[in-house]
Formats: sequence, C-alpha cells, structure tokens
Amino acid sequence: MAQISQLIPTLNPVYAERLKLRRQSANSAVWDLLDQVYDPELPGLTIWDLGILQNVQKTKNGWKIDITPTYSGCPAVDAIEQDVKKVLTSANLSNVEVKVVLSPAWSTEMMSPAGKAHLKSIQIAPPDEQDIVECPVCDSQETQLISQFGSTACKALYQCKSCLEAFDYFKHF
Amino acid sequence: MNDQTKQNLYRFLVGLGDDAVVLSHRLSEWCSNGPYLEEDIALSNIALDYIGRARLFYQYAVEIEGKENTEDDIAYSRTEREYTNLLIHELPINDFAFTMVRQFFVDVFYCEYLAKLSESSDERIASIAQKAVKESRYHLKRSEPWITQLSEGTDESRRRIKEALIELENFVGELFIMSDWEKELVEQGIAVDRTSLQSGWDDYVQAYFAKSGIDIPSSKLQIRGGREGIHTEHLGHMLSEMQYMQRAYPGMKW
Repeated sequence: MAQISQLIPTLNPVYAERLKLRRQSANSAVWDLLDQVYDPELPGLTIWDLGILQNVQKTKNGWKIDITPTYSGCPAVDAIEQDVKKVLTSANLSNVEVKVVLSPAWSTEMMSPAGKAHLKSIQIAPPDEQDIVECPVCDSQETQLISQFGSTACKALYQCKSCLEAFDYFKHF
Repeated sequence: MNDQTKQNLYRFLVGLGDDAVVLSHRLSEWCSNGPYLEEDIALSNIALDYIGRARLFYQYAVEIEGKENTEDDIAYSRTEREYTNLLIHELPINDFAFTMVRQFFVDVFYCEYLAKLSESSDERIASIAQKAVKESRYHLKRSEPWITQLSEGTDESRRRIKEALIELENFVGELFIMSDWEKELVEQGIAVDRTSLQSGWDDYVQAYFAKSGIDIPSSKLQIRGGREGIHTEHLGHMLSEMQYMQRAYPGMKW
C-alpha cells in the first residue's frame, strides 16, 4: 500500500510554520517583493524557497528583514544581504535593515516544496529526510556517494549507478 | 552583566574563535594540495565551516568588548602570544593521515562539547553552538570512514595513522583543561565543564580505533599552554602567512 504522504501531499511542520508566518503577515507585499531575491549559488532558487528568508517586520521608520545562513561560513550571506536591500530600495522602501539570525538554526526542512522541485529541475537531487538519494536525471535510487562535499558546503557529490551521471545532492541537514 | 563576567566572556569567546580560525587556516592549506579533487574540496569546505564559526565568536566578542575593534582586528592584528587557541589546532597538517586523525579527534570532541554548549544560559552562544554542532556532526561522518580506510588500507597508511596517533595524543589532554575564567562561566551556566567530557571522548575514540585493531598509545606527556598564549613553534610561522596582507597593508579591504 502506498504511504499516506504519497497519496495526500503533506507539508513538513517546519515549513508549514514558516508559511503560516508569511500568510498571516500584514506585509505580504514585501514578502512578495523578496521573491525576486535568489541564492547567488543556486540559480533560480529564491531565498524564500531555500528557507533563508525568516521574517519581514515593519520598524518605526523602515523595515527589518531576518535572514539565516545555511552554513555558518556561507559566503553567500553578504551577497544576499545586498540583493535584499537593492530590491526593496528600488521599490521605494527605505531604511532597510537586514539582520542575520542564527536561531532557529537553518535546516533543509525550512525549504519549500517548490524549492525542492526547482532543485530537481536543475539536476540537483533535493534533500531527503531518510537520505534516499534519487538521481535527478533518471529517478533511479541506485546511487552512490562520491564525496561528502560537492560544489558548495551544502551539497554532496553522488553518482547514479543506472545512468552513470554524476550529480550534486543537496544534503539533508 | 558585571565587568568581571564581561571580561571572562570576552576571553572565552576569543579562545573559541582562535581554536576555529587556526584550525580553519590549517585545513585551508590543503586547498590545491589534496590527494584528489573531491578531498581537496571537502577539506576546503570544512575550513569554511570553521571560518564561519570563528567569525560568529569574534563578532560577539567585539560586541562584548564594546570598543571599536572588529572581528578582523582580532584575527589579523594579534601576535602569537596573544592567540589563545588550544595547541592541537595549530599543529602543521603534516600528511593526510595526520590531518584526518586530528580532524577525527576534534570532531568527536566538538560533537559533545557543542551539544552541551547549545544549552548555555547565554542565548547568543547557545545559538552559535546549535548551528556549529550540526556541522561538526557532518564532519565526523566524513572523518570516521577515513580513519577506518587508512587504518585498514595498506601497511604504509596504517603506519602513518599510528605515527599520527603518537604525536597527537600529547595534545589531546588540553582539550579537557579548564581555564580560570571558564570555570567562573560554568558556575553561571554560560560555559561547559570540559573535564566532564574526557572519559566519554576516550571511550569513543578507543572503541573506534579498536574496530581496526589499533590501540591508542597512552601519553604521559600532556602538552599545554595555548590558552595562556604559550604556543608550539608552529603558530608564529602560520600567523606570518595568515596575517601577511593586513600586516603589509593595514586596513586593506577587498
């Protein structure tokens, strides 16, 4: 029998919590604007989908945007901070403060289902809770680990035993 | 927070930052020198995790200090005697076996230490530790199979593992020694009692090497002094390279 999660699409609780925060926010226009900000190392993946964008708040005379790094040494944080400011400033929002928050620590569970689907479309295997790594090219589960680190700290290098393609796996973290 | 606590906290944070930045620099020395490309990338990525960790500790330290210093001042403007890292982090990379045994030793240590530090009464420290411990757990997943592979590989790789153990065992004890300021912070629930971690560490590491039939040599020599700024002859050379640009062009930016 198929598992329930295969029959009824379910959201993991961590992402559901983020989604609730965004949906209940009075600043939905700003959240939507920030969907123009992408991770510099993962083309086409927005900071919302990746789980980096944590909160949008109105301050006394401006805006405070909370982001969280994927890994503590992630070199993309500075670029993302600049991009957030650029997008909001060009939409005529002023006094934008970007705050890097560490808690709760980022996890792949913060990623959106759309984000995971996007990863697969650019041939990066999305994170899996049981670390079952599916080849993004031929969907085979017969894959092997080549190296625990790939092109960035958040990815590992795998190879498909069926189609022999080497690919990045976005680590479950 | 009173002045004494502030001072203790500053020294504590700088010590943890120094441990991370020094090990990070050592790991980065493998960049373009790794045994093969994937290993090269892996070691550089681990170095990056440690740089991130050092920055988080230093950034908090300069906030506590409340002067105009930045994280870069701490990393690039202090001399060898002002660095307070534990000595195991500064030893040269030597060969790949040595690097992996050291990494395995510190990974096992940090997995326990940072898990405890995640419960610190200081929220900022707790959140840094929560982030870092996840990274160390991943590092351990990678250093463990290397220990097995090298221990059970060829006679040569086994010999090198054993040699690394003899040298590194002298520097392990320092991981479990408490500084005076750390002891005071433990009483306030901020720091972790390192001494409580030693027997768990010993058991884990011994059991792991026993799987490959290797005994850990017991070391009568416990070399220490890092927290007081007394270092091996290696740190000064390392810093002269790491700090070169800022020494030659003070305040230089990319």
